[in-house]
Amino acid sequence: MSSSPEPAVMEARYTWGGDEFLFVEVAESMSLAANFRVMSIAAKLSAMQLPGIVDVCPANASLLVRFDPDVLPPSTLEETVRAIEGDLAHHHDHSLETRIVEVPVWYEDPFTAEVAERFREGFHQEPGGTDIDYAAKVNNLKDAAEFIQRHHEQPWLVSMVGFVAGLPFLFQLVEREKQLEVPKYLSPRTDTPKLTVGHGGCFGCIYSVRGAGGYQMFGVAAAPIFDPAQSLADFKDFMVFFKPGDIVKFKPVTEAEYNTIQSEISAGTFHYRQVPVTFDLSRALANPAGYNQELMEALNGV
Amino acid sequence: MAFDIRNPGLATTVQDQGRTGHYNVGIPQSGSLDQYSAELGNALVGNTAKEAVLECTYLGPVLSTDQDALIAVTGAPVEVKVNGEARPQWARLQLKAGDELSFGVIQGGTRYYIAVRGGIDVPSVLGSRSTYSLGAIGGFHGRKLEAGDQVPVGSPLDGGAVPDADTVPEEFRPAFSKEQTVRIVLGLYDHRLTDEGLDNLLNGEWKVTPVADRMGLRYSGPGVQWKEREQPFGAGSDPSNIVDAGYAVGSIQIPGGTQPIILHRDAVSGGGYAMVGTVISADMDLVARAAPGTSTRFVAISLDEALVARKELAELKRNARAAIGAGG
Repeated sequence: MSSSPEPAVMEARYTWGGDEFLFVEVAESMSLAANFRVMSIAAKLSAMQLPGIVDVCPANASLLVRFDPDVLPPSTLEETVRAIEGDLAHHHDHSLETRIVEVPVWYEDPFTAEVAERFREGFHQEPGGTDIDYAAKVNNLKDAAEFIQRHHEQPWLVSMVGFVAGLPFLFQLVEREKQLEVPKYLSPRTDTPKLTVGHGGCFGCIYSVRGAGGYQMFGVAAAPIFDPAQSLADFKDFMVFFKPGDIVKFKPVTEAEYNTIQSEISAGTFHYRQVPVTFDLSRALANPAGYNQELMEALNGV
Repeated sequence: MAFDIRNPGLATTVQDQGRTGHYNVGIPQSGSLDQYSAELGNALVGNTAKEAVLECTYLGPVLSTDQDALIAVTGAPVEVKVNGEARPQWARLQLKAGDELSFGVIQGGTRYYIAVRGGIDVPSVLGSRSTYSLGAIGGFHGRKLEAGDQVPVGSPLDGGAVPDADTVPEEFRPAFSKEQTVRIVLGLYDHRLTDEGLDNLLNGEWKVTPVADRMGLRYSGPGVQWKEREQPFGAGSDPSNIVDAGYAVGSIQIPGGTQPIILHRDAVSGGGYAMVGTVISADMDLVARAAPGTSTRFVAISLDEALVARKELAELKRNARAAIGAGG
């Protein structure tokens, strides 16, 4: 059993974002249970295909729904979501049909190192060191190598997609006391390399496009996660790769392996190693490491 | 048919009514910031409200047309010139093949719109022609216009007759004032503000800073205070931080309690800053017209009042279209 059971999920808080948005805060704190509740409400609401629903956006511990009040009165929407929330509270089969994806990462790469060097004094807590050394230190780890080990040895859940197009927020599937926590930069950078693997608070992320950002930078993912041209097979159906609920296993790669992947991308032959899995919340909470092992073994057959 | 872009101006992009349905993966709404002005431009040239227009920011483009074209320039006040000669704004203009369209100095506001009969005919991406520059999708190759671009213009849709009137009557043209009252619905995380903080938000004078673009507008003013608390797990360390959540379009966040930011149509879809309220849908065009320095007061209204305001704006648009003689 986990030494720190997740707190029970409280009743959600409902509030309005003007006349077109309903905001449902499932919990103030991040937890796997809260995220799972958000995803369950979002999935049920989307499946209803209610006229007047414009966007259903699950986030880490809250849900944002955009609606057209000319078609769907706000009170009707709120009653509908409350009913879904009530049903789920009495429903104990918390499983999610999803997939596990292996994401190759070149940790301590030169691209993020170059950008980090431009944003030290006034931006970073320890301008004399690297982001990853700082992350190791604040997590009481021996060195960068141990931090990298902790970063990729256990999988992550995509708890939200957003900020910019296709950017996944990632929550590691480990007990709260094992969560890696790193403060964001003191002041946001105006530049972040495309595909930077970042971290802020308890969340990891992969920057889908180049741009501003405040997360610490540890490495660079080797393959695209947002492909507007939809040139690779994994993007045939949609230009955004990740969906909330996806499970990510980072795999460290060397410079040579990174370059091989770049050639495969240019040739149009690259595809992610991925396999469908059923994610069971109770098992994940009861024995994270054992259950993660089972999830990751599913990738062996691919 | 195409527009030949001789000089692109500061930031000229293709926009339409925007792109919904993909906010859950971080693709923002985009679309003309001042929808009202863009729609009346379309109405003047006999387009539906759906056709794409060119949105010009402060400094407009210099362009020529390779065929005869019917255009209208609406939005922020600016001198419109055809082959160097002044022409009226909020009016339908006939261009001949080879004519050059250019602009003088903007007299207020931020953005004006060039509507052309047939609409700007770039490919639709995820249901919209609007430009989302950060994601490099939609619009003209996913970016603002550059010199030398040949921007395609479409053929008029069937049944889209050119209306009787060739100008928008004065009473239907929006004001581009240096003073604004913006209506908001409090909510989201307003309970995290101190009483004094909320009082500052609603009774203080706020000025639009130069940090204002399609993503959002930043205001300077008295600042607000956030209640101190032990931060929840996963939220950042500042009292204005929350566990990263979805952002309502039009929502107001106040990072660190200093400068409120109103998120607009190209904003990030989520993040870790608490929002304290949201500009009502009927006032989003108004916010879009606010130039740096605009003195702004935020007035809190109820959700029901916001819905009434929404209906009033819809009626104003209907009346304006009727005054021009434009269809539905």
